[in-house]
Amino acid sequence: MNRVKRQLAPYFLVLPGGLWLLLFFAIPMIAMLSLSLQQGDVVYGYRFTFHWQNYTDAIDGYHTQLIRSLIYAAVGTILLIALAFPVAYWIAFYGGRRKPTYLFLLLLPFFVSFVLRTISWRQILTDEGPVLHPLKQLGLVPDSYHLLGTPEAVIGGLVYNFLPFMVLPIYVALERIDPRVVEAARDLYANPALAFRKVILPLALPGVFAGVLMSFVPMASDYVNSEVLGSSSTTMIGQVIQSKYLVTSDYPTAAALSFILMAVLLIGIFAYARALGTEDVMKVAAR
Amino acid sequence: MTTPQHSAVQQPPGAVANGTPAIRFAGVLKTYQSHGEAVPAVKRMDLAIAQGEFFSLLGPSGCGKTTTMRMIAGFEEPTAGQVYLDGKDVTGVAPNKRDINMVFQSYALFPHLNTFQNVAFGLERKKVAKDEIKRRVAEILEIVSLTGMEKRAPREMSGGQQQRVALARALVNRPRALLLDEPLGALDLKLRQQMQVELKRIQREVGITFVYVTHDQGEALTMSDRIAVMNAGVIEQLGTPRQIYERPASRFVAGFIGTSNIVEGHVERAENGLALLSYTTQDRVVVPCGSACRPGDKIEVSVRPEKIDMHRGVPPVAATGGSVLSGVVNEVVYHGTSTNYTVATAAGADFTVFDQNASNAEDLADRGDRVFLTWAPQHSYMIGV
Repeated sequence: MNRVKRQLAPYFLVLPGGLWLLLFFAIPMIAMLSLSLQQGDVVYGYRFTFHWQNYTDAIDGYHTQLIRSLIYAAVGTILLIALAFPVAYWIAFYGGRRKPTYLFLLLLPFFVSFVLRTISWRQILTDEGPVLHPLKQLGLVPDSYHLLGTPEAVIGGLVYNFLPFMVLPIYVALERIDPRVVEAARDLYANPALAFRKVILPLALPGVFAGVLMSFVPMASDYVNSEVLGSSSTTMIGQVIQSKYLVTSDYPTAAALSFILMAVLLIGIFAYARALGTEDVMKVAAR
Repeated sequence: MTTPQHSAVQQPPGAVANGTPAIRFAGVLKTYQSHGEAVPAVKRMDLAIAQGEFFSLLGPSGCGKTTTMRMIAGFEEPTAGQVYLDGKDVTGVAPNKRDINMVFQSYALFPHLNTFQNVAFGLERKKVAKDEIKRRVAEILEIVSLTGMEKRAPREMSGGQQQRVALARALVNRPRALLLDEPLGALDLKLRQQMQVELKRIQREVGITFVYVTHDQGEALTMSDRIAVMNAGVIEQLGTPRQIYERPASRFVAGFIGTSNIVEGHVERAENGLALLSYTTQDRVVVPCGSACRPGDKIEVSVRPEKIDMHRGVPPVAATGGSVLSGVVNEVVYHGTSTNYTVATAAGADFTVFDQNASNAEDLADRGDRVFLTWAPQHSYMIGV
């Protein structure tokens, strides 16, 4: 009896999580999949007809937004790494006893809703805002120059919103580096730059890898930043899906687009993980 | 029993014969800022470590031994004074530009590199040719008995193996001196003893100056040519293991190295280079003092536990020329090779006595027994003389 219990225990433990996944992931996924293959309209209702054309139509109609989203996310990710690495490095190696304080300060803005924060960026970047207005008064930028509505503003918003998702994993990786390992590199004739390149950087890469995963995926499917800071020329795929669902009630196209986005991201991530996700990457970086 | 060493400072093999010291400190001072105050870690140290010497810095934690070593490596800069390597002033020179390598506490191997890459790291930085690197890594791995482990990652190896990778990684560069920071601290006793012998053998084989930082007096005594015993940022005593054990220069050294019995008293008589301290009509301590003491002086006398003979009943006639202290046995602890007794003596101090369990299984005394402790004058000494 006891043995049976012991053997069953793991399954009982996984039960709540499993049920959760079934209810809120598996079932909606199947529903979405079915939705993406339906045909019809809002007034007369949609019927399941294996209508694969939804997918080709979606790609034909919205590949521009899809590719734009991937480019914005890629550029954003690169900027994030460039911005987050020094911050994480500084906190990890020079933070001393105040490390928790600095991490808290980093997270502090995120206690405010991110829609609200993005909207306040709108106030900052608008033509009459505190950035452009004085510059235009001084004649440093032409009157026709705008920030709002440009790809720069959207990418800037994305980078701003996802900064902690890059800083934290890199910080964790750097924090785990034994300072004596860095000293060992210095002892073995590496100058500070070489010690960084041969030891710190390879050991920090798993953190960068995690940060990329945690920021690239949500950035590619983000719909708030472009909505608030962008214009019709910066529309991202997330916005399209959102408006298909909630504005035009074109559920099949919205569902098909969601699946396409998911597939693209999954393939991209698997390729990325295969290329960079293992320890080999540290070894390569150390060469 | 050992004969007393009355000769002056003994030089280790090759200590002065070889001219320029491998490492020299001239008036080195190191202070740290703590809450706005300058706290000294190393106070005005002058030190010369000879070429090819196995030199130990021994002391409790916080005594400044690690700071001293880190100043040799270049990870810390002295607040004042100069550090010389091979006669060249290297004060202010970066660690990567010092021809010195270090074996770190807990090894600090590069976790992302395998054994070969770890060991080759220094040679690659020095731009040594590829096949020369291969040859030298293979050679050093042979010396530390790690041949065949080239492809292993550090975490796939045992503590002892990691320790030897750390050693190989430093030695392969043929540095002017090798610094070892408590390198055996993380190993279990058996492995530690094995590595002590191994380290000594490797040092003989490569002939490089070793500077060994440890808080383990046993380790320092067994391996070193010379030992500097440090306390509170100062070298309390510098000498061969035998000098340090047999003639500790201070109460601190006497207490830190092995076990010492220390008894205080006023000199009653001083004649023929011996001082007599008496406590009762039969309890007395006789200690060599040369011309250093006069009647009435207050002195401290130290005697090692293994030099004391313990008798039940009346002290034998042969002991009448030396020290005699009566007392009561408080504690008997059996240690296998010896039995340790704690005796409350008439002189006021508790004494520890080691008795070798040589022939009979019979203990010399039981708890509560009245005993007499005797030892020859030359087996005790005045502290600080």
